[in-house]
Amino acid sequence: MINQRISIVENILSANDRLASDNRQRLDSARLFSVNIMASPGAGKTSLIERTVKTLSNRLKIAVIDGDIATSLDADRAAAAGALAVQINTGGECHLDAVMLQNALNTLELGELDLLIVENVGNLVCPAGFKLGTHSSVLVASVPEGDDKPYKYPGTYQGVDVLILNKIDLLPYVPFKMDYFKQGVQALNPGISTFPLSCLTGEGLSTWYEWVEIQVSRYRQATNST
Amino acid sequence: MHELSITESVLEIVLRHANSANAQHVRKIQLVIGDLASIVDDSVQFYWDIISKDTLAEGATLQFRRLPIELLCLDCQNHFQPETDRFDCPRCGSSRLQIISGREFYVESIDVETNLPMSSYQNEQI
Repeated sequence: MINQRISIVENILSANDRLASDNRQRLDSARLFSVNIMASPGAGKTSLIERTVKTLSNRLKIAVIDGDIATSLDADRAAAAGALAVQINTGGECHLDAVMLQNALNTLELGELDLLIVENVGNLVCPAGFKLGTHSSVLVASVPEGDDKPYKYPGTYQGVDVLILNKIDLLPYVPFKMDYFKQGVQALNPGISTFPLSCLTGEGLSTWYEWVEIQVSRYRQATNST
Repeated sequence: MHELSITESVLEIVLRHANSANAQHVRKIQLVIGDLASIVDDSVQFYWDIISKDTLAEGATLQFRRLPIELLCLDCQNHFQPETDRFDCPRCGSSRLQIISGREFYVESIDVETNLPMSSYQNEQI
């Protein structure tokens, strides 16, 4: 018997990463722009999606894939707002992964859609580690969660493309040091596009809708020319 | 909470490499985990003991090598490990920082017992 050490150096999430890039190819061949929305439970992912769908569904055909441990409450809200909605129940898993998204993509006519919104499981830790293959990652933070969240969940704050700060209508009522929050965000993700807004009062939402529409149309132009 | 699926990926990687090296048994597995990777060692070990049963890697020891978060200040080039509740450069106070390490999460190597030299390749050994 020979004892030997085999050097491997293989990323443990490489299987998920491969499937994520398959998902991306499918989305690209359907020319479908997609966003992955992540946040802690109660930050307002579903409210944001609801309002976004209501406002944009007369101009864009939108599908929402909802990840939750149980129930179809969120998908029901997205459907009521006017989106095609698919619920994924993860059965205890704390995040969506590329396989779950792949299965959900199989149930949609991707070529007929303009925008795919994936609502990840409410969790500030695990979703950041699992790529899905979507084009843009959006983190929804909210004022009552506290200003220290970038420091406590650096992996999530570091890995996203866009940051929404929801529930800014509560700023006068809760201790939230905006400078401290912004400093953490800036350190982890310099120059990230940030949208302070309130899904309750509607303040700031129009800038966010505009961003979504611009992304969809830029993406279309880019895929047209290739 | 996702340590089960993580551990399944570790097992898949380990068995694939052990098979291609024609190993009889896997004795030890070296994992490298950065402190930003949100993985709990004990939980991986717990699932490992269950899912590695009846495989080449049953009873293998998992060794965890932890890598601390290391940041580089883009303004003064200071290389440092941050304190837990703040992300600014302790030397110049800048918050323009680059993450140098801490996100690693990979299987570094495995220690195996083999009968044959490493070059021979056999499938379907399990």
